[in-house]
Order: sequence, then structure tokens, then C-alpha cells
Amino acid sequence: MIALIDYGAGNLTSVRKALAALGAEHRTPAAPGELADARVIIVPGVGHFAATARLEAAWRAAILARVDAGCTLLGVCVGMQWLYEGSTEAPDVPGLGLLRGRCERLPDRDPSGARLKVPHVGWNALEPRRSSPLLDGIEPGSQVYFTHSYAAPVTEDTVAATEYGIRFAALVARGRVAGMQFHPEKSGTAGLRLLRNFLEGVPAQSDAVETDHRLSRRP
Amino acid sequence: MLSKRIIACLDVRNGVVVKGVQFEGLRSAGDPAALARRYNVEGIDELVILDVTATIEGRRALADTIGAVAREIFIPLTVGGGIRSEADADAAVEAGADKVSLNTAALETPELLTRLANRYGSQAVIVAIDAKRANGGYAVYARSGQAAASRDAVEWAREAESRGAGEILLTSIDRDGTKSGFDCEMTAAVSNAVSIPVIASGGAGGFDDFVEVFTKGAADAALAASIFHYAESAVHDLKVHLRAHGIPVRL
Repeated sequence: MIALIDYGAGNLTSVRKALAALGAEHRTPAAPGELADARVIIVPGVGHFAATARLEAAWRAAILARVDAGCTLLGVCVGMQWLYEGSTEAPDVPGLGLLRGRCERLPDRDPSGARLKVPHVGWNALEPRRSSPLLDGIEPGSQVYFTHSYAAPVTEDTVAATEYGIRFAALVARGRVAGMQFHPEKSGTAGLRLLRNFLEGVPAQSDAVETDHRLSRRP
Repeated sequence: MLSKRIIACLDVRNGVVVKGVQFEGLRSAGDPAALARRYNVEGIDELVILDVTATIEGRRALADTIGAVAREIFIPLTVGGGIRSEADADAAVEAGADKVSLNTAALETPELLTRLANRYGSQAVIVAIDAKRANGGYAVYARSGQAAASRDAVEWAREAESRGAGEILLTSIDRDGTKSGFDCEMTAAVSNAVSIPVIASGGAGGFDDFVEVFTKGAADAALAASIFHYAESAVHDLKVHLRAHGIPVRL
């Protein structure tokens, strides 16, 4: 079962449609206790980092417990930023701390001093930093759709970076934890492929009570 | 490098795509979902569904038109026309819109921008500004270009940004449907006054008009309708042309 976490940060319709297009069954748990049979947890999100504060202690504990038990975790946009230690957008709100580093505001000047608009909105290129099954079928320079003002630093967890004034982490992976700063559900065929690559990386064997066999039968 | 976005607008009335010249004399150009599919294959970056007559006739953009497009196309989708309340925005988002575009309602009730930004995030809130040149400035019009709003486009764009809008869709009423090129001066004036992206609209006739609006006009994105409706592969050919002129695009 794929658990799509709804913490009131915007609209889940697009993510649901993308998962449906991939044949991936999912549901939105109403309480942390409903994560018990999750094999995959997806934390979506748009808007402000402070919204992640709605994922209070019980949610954090349940998500961390599932990851410890072998569950795969994907954060998208602000959901990815939440995987880090925190963000200067809401310094008092702690992140989950599964990835090292803090998210910071994008610069409003490029290295040459030219003005850059923030937020960074639109299609920009993925620059691979290391090989990963997440990049299967993705040509270097493939473009994906971003809309954000804060970003995570490039670290050893970075699978692909993107440049906008600075280089920031666009696609990250560490063990069973992955993050996408862009919106795979809005990034055309490249986005759907990246989402599919993530779901196909989910281990077939699971200690979960319920196993979703559809995951291994997707085209 | 961030690409300049090419956005196709589907002006829809009663579930059918139409395109007017200076908002008058609407004529039919096809089925919205079929057109959206074609644009997606051609490499369009984003789609806007605009219920062109909704504000006047009090109708809302049709949820099934939105749904038919959103089900199969995974690029950003904006819906505008007749979004006058949070309930209208909810209905559009529920049907599959990623962003809603507000024009008349934002002018009448600017706080609505803040409420929608708090609810969905600023990235989901577009303010559409229809303006024409007047007395050395850019006069804003409401109700599909029919009612002077007594606002200047630059000043209104700044206020909209401060109230939570995430993008500006700026249409030149003077140029709309004329194929005489975008109003680059107006676009640059607004784009340089705000930090959020500005989508230029109105007047696209040839590929060089897009080159001009991305350079002289400082536009972050450009929107057109008829130039894409009637020519096969226009989106792809346009992007090839832009890249040849040094403008970053997604190809």
C-alpha cells in the first residue's frame, strides 16, 4: 500500500492522478496509526515549510518507525525539504532529519550579478551527479517542472542537481529515502518515469501486512 | 538554466475551444481535450483553460472539460474564467487544475488572493491582468476587457504579488488577436516591477514575436492560442526557433 500523506499543504489531486496513471494503488491515511501496512510513504507538498509543522510528533514517529521497518519514503517539493534537518523558511520547525543539511532561500542574483526571480518557476534541467536506478531512462539534461523558493544543498545524497543561481539538490536518495524538489506529477513523461523508477525500486519483499502486487506488474 | 515557458491557451465556451479577435467575434477551433493532447505531444510546457465568457454570463469553467484534460496530461494546468470565490477555486482544483487564474474577482476582492494563497500556496494563484495603453501608462480592464478598473497594470501587479499571487498573466488588449506582436514595453514594465513570473499574452503572430518578448519584454513565459491552433507542429517549430536565437527552452 502506498500512503499519501495529506497535511493540508495544497492539492493532492495531481499526485493521485499520476499514481493512478502508473497503476499504483494508494490511499490517504487519516491518522498515524493507519500507516502500519504502508510499504511506501509519499509526503507531497507545496507552499511554506511551516505547513509541515502539522505533521506533529505522532506522525513523525509513525513515519520514522515505518522507515526503520523497511518502508520506502519519498518527499516531493516541500515534502523533500522536510526530510532534511530544517529550513531557513521556518527556522523553528524541525525537519525529519533523515538527510543531512538545511534548506535555504534561493539567491536573487546569479554569479554574474544578474537579477533572478524567486520563486524559481518552470522547467529546468537535471544534471546527474551519480548513477542511480532513479535515473533509468532519463537523459542527462532532461527537464522537469519546479516551483519553489527554498532548496536543499548538494551533498553526497544528491543524485541530480539543478542550477538556478546556485546548484541545488533536485533528486536525492539515501537508503530507502528519496526526494524530488521538482513535481514529478507535473513533469510530463520524464516526471512519470522518475516516479515509476522510484516505485520500482521498492523492495518486493516486505514485512508489511498487505503486499500490493500491482507494483511489480506495472508496464 | 531555467527555460522560458511556452503556454497554450484554450479559450473555451460551452466545452468548445474558441478564439476571439480583441475579445469579439468568437469562432470555433475544436475539442479542448484533443487540442491539449496534440500540444502535449508537440512539447507545450503548460496549458491554460480559460472560460472566456464565464465572467459575463456568470458561468463557471466546466469541470468535465478540466477533468478530460487533467486525466491524461501531466503538465501544469491553469483554469480561469468565472473564478469568483474560494468555492469556485475548490471546484477547479478538485477537477484537476493546478493553478487558478483570477481577473475581475481579484480586482473587486483583492483579499481573495491571500485566502487562496493560504489555502493552496502562492504557486497555485495567478492574477490575470488585461491592460491597454492609456496616458503613458497601462490601464487595467475587468470583465473581459469591458470595464475600466481605474488601476495601472504595474501598480496592480505589485499589489497582487504582495497579496499572495504567484504569477501574473498579462494580456495586452491592444494586441490581442491582432498578430502584430506582444506589447514588449508593457511586459517589461510589469516583469521588472515584480519578483514573480510574468506570462506575456496578446498579439503573437510569428516566431520572432516570441524572441522579442523573451528578450526586450523580459517575459518569463509567453502564452498564445490561435498561432498554435491552426498550424501542426507549431509548438515544436517555435521552440527550435527560440533555441536558435539563444533562448533556453525545453525541447
